[in-house]
Amino acid sequence: MNINKFIYIKLIIILLFSSNILFASDTKLIKQNWSFKGVTGKFDRSSLQRGYQVYTEVCASCHSMNLLSYRNLGEKGGPEFSLDQVKAIAANFEITDGPNSDGEMFTRPGRPSDKFVSPYPNVQASMAANGGAYPPDMSVLVKARKGGSDYIYSLLVGYEDPPSGFKLDDGVYYNKYMDGNQIKMSNPLSDGLVSYSDGTNATESQMAKDVTHFLTWAAEPHLENRHKTGWRVIIFLIILTLLVYFSMKKVWSRIDSEK
Amino acid sequence: MSEHHYTPSSKFGKWFNDRLPLLTLGDHLASYPTPKNLNYWWTFGGILTFCLVTQIVTGLVLAMHYVAHADMAFDSVEHIMRNVNYGWLIRYIHSNGASMFFLAVYIHIFRALFYGSYKSPREIIWILGMLIYLLMMATAFMGYVLPWGQMSFWGATVITNLFSAIPLVGESIVTWLWGGYAVDNPTLTRFFSLHYLFPFIILGLVVLHIWALHVPGNNNPVGIDIKKPSKDTVPFHPYITIKDLFALLIFLIIFSGFVFFSPNVLGHSDNYIQANPMVTPKHIVPEWYLLPFYAILRSVPDKLGGVVLLFASIFILMALPWLDRSKVRSAIFRPIYKQFFWLLVLDVLVLGYVGAMPAEGLYLLIARVSTAYYFLHFLVILPVLSSFEKTEPLPLSISAPVLTGNSNEYK
Ligand code: HEC
Ligand code: HEM
Repeated sequence: MNINKFIYIKLIIILLFSSNILFASDTKLIKQNWSFKGVTGKFDRSSLQRGYQVYTEVCASCHSMNLLSYRNLGEKGGPEFSLDQVKAIAANFEITDGPNSDGEMFTRPGRPSDKFVSPYPNVQASMAANGGAYPPDMSVLVKARKGGSDYIYSLLVGYEDPPSGFKLDDGVYYNKYMDGNQIKMSNPLSDGLVSYSDGTNATESQMAKDVTHFLTWAAEPHLENRHKTGWRVIIFLIILTLLVYFSMKKVWSRIDSEK
Repeated sequence: MSEHHYTPSSKFGKWFNDRLPLLTLGDHLASYPTPKNLNYWWTFGGILTFCLVTQIVTGLVLAMHYVAHADMAFDSVEHIMRNVNYGWLIRYIHSNGASMFFLAVYIHIFRALFYGSYKSPREIIWILGMLIYLLMMATAFMGYVLPWGQMSFWGATVITNLFSAIPLVGESIVTWLWGGYAVDNPTLTRFFSLHYLFPFIILGLVVLHIWALHVPGNNNPVGIDIKKPSKDTVPFHPYITIKDLFALLIFLIIFSGFVFFSPNVLGHSDNYIQANPMVTPKHIVPEWYLLPFYAILRSVPDKLGGVVLLFASIFILMALPWLDRSKVRSAIFRPIYKQFFWLLVLDVLVLGYVGAMPAEGLYLLIARVSTAYYFLHFLVILPVLSSFEKTEPLPLSISAPVLTGNSNEYK
């Protein structure tokens, strides 16, 4: 029996070890101490709000976010803008609606129930405007990349001069973290690009952090509720397990005492 | 079935039971004599039943909001995640539930291998179990296609393309499966239809599986035949029900850990990119629970050969009761088999690991060696072992070894 246990432990170690190999990437990502990480993780409201500002002032000129509506910005667990703020944000956008009773399309100011307005009418248009590269929709981008938030952050601060001898085509940039080190997005961030309304100093890495925070929420808008519910469920299960354990001991004591 | 006759105490109960003996069935299930030495590896049957019901219930709710159309499937799953009340919970239970289901079924199968539960008189139980396992793989494979992400699409393309290896009719079969000349909307809608149907067939097979089990009764850790009912057995209720419940709760705690705290670790990030027939992902990998078979498939340079080995690796398991002819069931009394059992476990884990790696260089070599060993285990080692192995003496009854004082060994 001891030998089996030994083999068993070895197997588990091999498994753990191999899962490390599985998920290790070639270039080490910059790890951040994200507030949403871990089993009690929560979003940082002000970072989310700043991140939305970066998204809408910078990234939104190329990247769509089709799965989000303006109302989401005011929902619990998100940036939690006030209702008036959400209405004002939405009203900044022009929405094509219709047809009206005359059969005509018309434009009107946005409402909280509207979806985020896309910068381009379709994927082809976005590619045509970006040298043939599609700026991916950002709604679930964080979950669509290995490494998640750390990857997005690393990518945003990972622009460098290419090593000598590395040939780059026109309109292609060198990035340490991009697959193949070539990306068709120029560095979107630079110090002071936005002026934060809360007075935070808009350094490149601060903006990268904030926009990544925002994108993480966008990809997983119920994360806070998930963590909170998770604790309740697990504590409930543990208590129930203990009760059942003691009942089981009681029930089985009749049999165990027979031998 | 137990021999005693059951009479309901109430008048109505008796009237009803004379017409439909449901109460007799209930009494049979509650008093079903079960070996008293079953360990926790025996709790996975109940856990599996729970998993099936969970998949069906969460799947029903998902199906109320899901749209099986190539242009809308991806967004409809995200709609469930974002806008449906607790939709994220339902979907994460369903997607992680599939993994937990397979985790449980693998433990359940290896339990049977260790304790020789597939041997006479339980061959039919074993074969029914294998059919359930096959249908589970088909169901999970088709379910994985439904969110219509990149892995959904390319996984479906790779797996369905396997059938093109069949000589002469292969290509036509693939076109027929797809409902066109590529994986597309018709493929998605039929996969949804079948994904909805198969779990109910599985449910039917589970009923047969348990029915067949209730004829000879449970095997047990020492693997000997026992008299039922006797002092070696306990009635199913409350002894086994409470033990199964306890194990299920532990299982649920682990399950919840995945659902609430890392719901996406078992999935692939590419599946959050909508399917795009123009872009092939760098590595196309199936879900973790299919990896050992994927490794076997890719270890053969020839496509047809790979497909043949893939199916052989599953069907060989069905023949297991006739490949292992040792009269002794439990590995506890088979010192050599016991070592080979653990080697097989290791082999399958290695296969799973290389299945996730690119099929080249050292990985390919390891995959080939492990594939060869897999077949060697079932086709050569087991039959030979059945005639050569010196087994240890069996106890006369379950209570006997306990009396000799080594109680730990048998618990
Ligand atoms: C001028 C247009 C433009 C702007 C502005 C822009 N991007 Fe991009 N982005 C692109 C294009 C084009 C691609 C596709 C690059 C490729 O595939 O090589 C891309 C790709 C990306 C990717 C995916 C990289 C990968 O792993 O595939 C991320 C992440 C990203 N952008 C983040 C951002 C963020 C955050 C902002 C705002 C701070 C932003 N982008 C602003 C054009 C833009
Ligand atoms: C044997 C039981 C079942 C298994 C193993 C199973 C497995 C799966 C898997 C692996 C997925 C993909 C999960 C993902 O990545 O999103 C899925 C999706 C889905 N399943 Fe099932 N399933 C089962 C039963 C059912 C049943 C009975 C129904 C319907 C009544 C159902 C409806 C759905 C729907 C609508 C989806 C798409 C939504 C989604 O992707 O989350 N499933 N299933």
